[in-house]
Amino acid sequence: MIAQYLADGIILGSSIALGAVGLTLTYNILNFANFSHGSLLSWGAYFAWVVVVAFSGVQGGTFGPLSFGWPFVAALVFSGVMTALLALVVDWLVFRILRKSNIQVALVIASFGASLLLRNLIVLVFGPEPQYYSDNIQIAQQILPGVRVTPDQIFVVVLSIVLVVVLHLFLTRTKLGKAMRATADNAALAQVSGINIHAIVRWTWVVGASLAAVAGVFFGLTVQILPDMGFNLVLFLFSAAILGGIGSIYGAILGGLVIGIASDLSVLFFSPAYKPAIAFAIMILVLLVRPSGILGEKAR
Amino acid sequence: MTGLFSYLVFFLILALIYAIMALGLNLQWGYTGLFNIGVVGFFAVGAYTFAILAASPMAGQFGGFNWPFILAIAGALVMSGIIALLVGIPTLRLREDYLAIATIGIAASIQLIANNYGWLTGGPQGIYNIPQPLSNYFSSNLGYNLFFLAMMVVIVGVVYYGLERMVNAPWGRVLMAIREDETAASSVGKNGFSYRLQSFVIGAMLMGLSGALYASFIKYISPTLFMPVLTFQVWAMLIVGGSGSNLGAIVGSVLVWALWTGSGTLVQSILPPGLQVKGGAVQIILIGLVLMLVLLFRPRGIMGERKAIAAERARSKISTG
Repeated sequence: MIAQYLADGIILGSSIALGAVGLTLTYNILNFANFSHGSLLSWGAYFAWVVVVAFSGVQGGTFGPLSFGWPFVAALVFSGVMTALLALVVDWLVFRILRKSNIQVALVIASFGASLLLRNLIVLVFGPEPQYYSDNIQIAQQILPGVRVTPDQIFVVVLSIVLVVVLHLFLTRTKLGKAMRATADNAALAQVSGINIHAIVRWTWVVGASLAAVAGVFFGLTVQILPDMGFNLVLFLFSAAILGGIGSIYGAILGGLVIGIASDLSVLFFSPAYKPAIAFAIMILVLLVRPSGILGEKAR
Repeated sequence: MTGLFSYLVFFLILALIYAIMALGLNLQWGYTGLFNIGVVGFFAVGAYTFAILAASPMAGQFGGFNWPFILAIAGALVMSGIIALLVGIPTLRLREDYLAIATIGIAASIQLIANNYGWLTGGPQGIYNIPQPLSNYFSSNLGYNLFFLAMMVVIVGVVYYGLERMVNAPWGRVLMAIREDETAASSVGKNGFSYRLQSFVIGAMLMGLSGALYASFIKYISPTLFMPVLTFQVWAMLIVGGSGSNLGAIVGSVLVWALWTGSGTLVQSILPPGLQVKGGAVQIILIGLVLMLVLLFRPRGIMGERKAIAAERARSKISTG
C-alpha cells in the first residue's frame, strides 16, 4: 500500500515540481509572490485540450501503450507557446505598470486579482465541467510488487526528469540562463554588467509559464482538467517553493516531490480531501523551523 | 415601492456587515502593511463559531449550545483571534509575502474543514436555524430588518470610533512607523513583531465579528458562502475606498457591494438562461477589472491616505520595470 502511495506521490510531485520551478523563478527574479501562477497551469491544460479536441477526428493512432499520439505532442508544444504568450500579455498589461509604480505589494494583490480573472475567463470560455484529453481508460500495470501505474503516468515522470535536466543545462551552460541567475542574485549588479533586465524579465515569464503549461497538461493527463485546478494547486506550489527555499530551482523540484509524496502518504491517515491542508501544514512547519527552506541561501 | 425599500434595507445590512470586514483589513493592511489574503477564512471562523454556539441542538451534530447572542459573538471573536495567532506567530517575523501565502493556506484549510468535518460544521449542508437576536419581538420581516440595520449602524459606528481612537493614539502611530520604516521604529525600542501581531489579531477578530453577524442575519451558513472570491471582494472594497482610511473602508464596502449586486442583476437579465451559470464568472471579471483599474490609475482609492501606502518600503529589485 505504502509503495503505491509513494508512486502516486511522485507522479503528483512531478506536476508540482514543474509548477514550483516557474513560481520560484518569477518570485526570485521579479520579486513578488505571483498568485496567478496557478492559473497559468489551468490555461496550459486548456490550450492543450483545444488542440487535442481539434485533432480528435484525425486517426493518428497512439504511441504504444500510451493514451495519445502525435496530436498530444503538438498540443503540449502549442500549450507551452500560448501560455508563455499569455504570461507576457498579463505582465505587459498589469505587472509592468505596477512595477513602475513601485508599490511592491500592489503586485501581489494584482496577481491575486489576475488569478481570479484568468480562472473565471476559463469558466466563461470552456465552461465549468471537467474535461479529459482522452476517453480511453488506461489499465494500470504492475511495475513493482504492489505498485501499479498507467503508461501515461510513467510518461509524465520521465518527461519531467528530462525537462529538469534541460532546465539545468539551460541555466548553467547558456548565456541567457547565466544572465537570469545573475539577475536573480543581484539585479542592479547584473544591469551594470550589461545585462538587459527587460529581456530577462520577459524570458523569466516565458520559461516559468511554459513549465507551468507542461505541469498543467501533466495534471490534466493524470487527473482531470478543471477551471479550478490551478487555483487548487497554488497552495502546493507555494509550499514546494518555500520548502525548497525561494529562488532555489533545485529546491523547488525537491520541494515538489516532498509535498507530492507527503500529501499522497497522508491519505493513509486522513481523508484525501485534506491533501492541500497537509501541504499547508508542512509549509507552516518549514516557516517555523527553517524559513529559508532546505536549499535556500538565507532568510530574506 | 415597499419591495424596493426592503431590498435597500437588506442591501445596506449586508454592505455594513462587509464594512466591518473591510475595517479589519484596513487595520491590517492600511495601517500596518500586513498582507492578508485569507480574509474569508477568519470570516468563516467567526460565522461557524457563532453558529455552533448560538444554534439549537441538532441530531448527530456537535454544538447547538443555545448561547445568548452576545456570548456567542464573544466566542466568535475569541476563536478568530486564536486562529490569527496561529497564523501570525510563524509568519509575521518573515518577509511580508509569507503572511500572504500562509493566510491563503489557512482560508483553504478552513474551507476543507467546513466541507469535511460534518459532525462539527454540518459538512456541505451547513448549519441552519441560526437564531437572530430579539427576532420574536418583531412581527414583520421588514420591521426586523430595520432593527437589524439600526443595530449594524451602531456596531459599525462603535468599531469605526474605536479604530479611529486606536490609530490616532500612540499605538497607531507606532504601527504606521513600523510600516514605513521598521529599522527606525525598532531603534526607538518598538518591537515590530509584537505590534504587527496585535494589529493582525485585532483585524482578524473584526473579520470574525463580521462573520458572526452574517451568520446571525442570514440564519444559514454553508461552505459555499466562504469562497476565495469573498476575500477578493473585501480587498476591492478597501482599495476602492482607499486603504489607510477607515471612512474609505466603509464607503468602499457600500460602493463595491452595490457594484456586485447591481452587476449580478444586470447579468441575470442580459444573459440567456443557458449561460446563467457563467454569470458569476462575468461578475468576478467585472470586479477584477475595477480593482485593476483602481490599482493602476488611482492606487490610493477614493479617500486614501495622502501618502502612497508603503511607497518607501518598496524593495523592488527592478525599479524601472
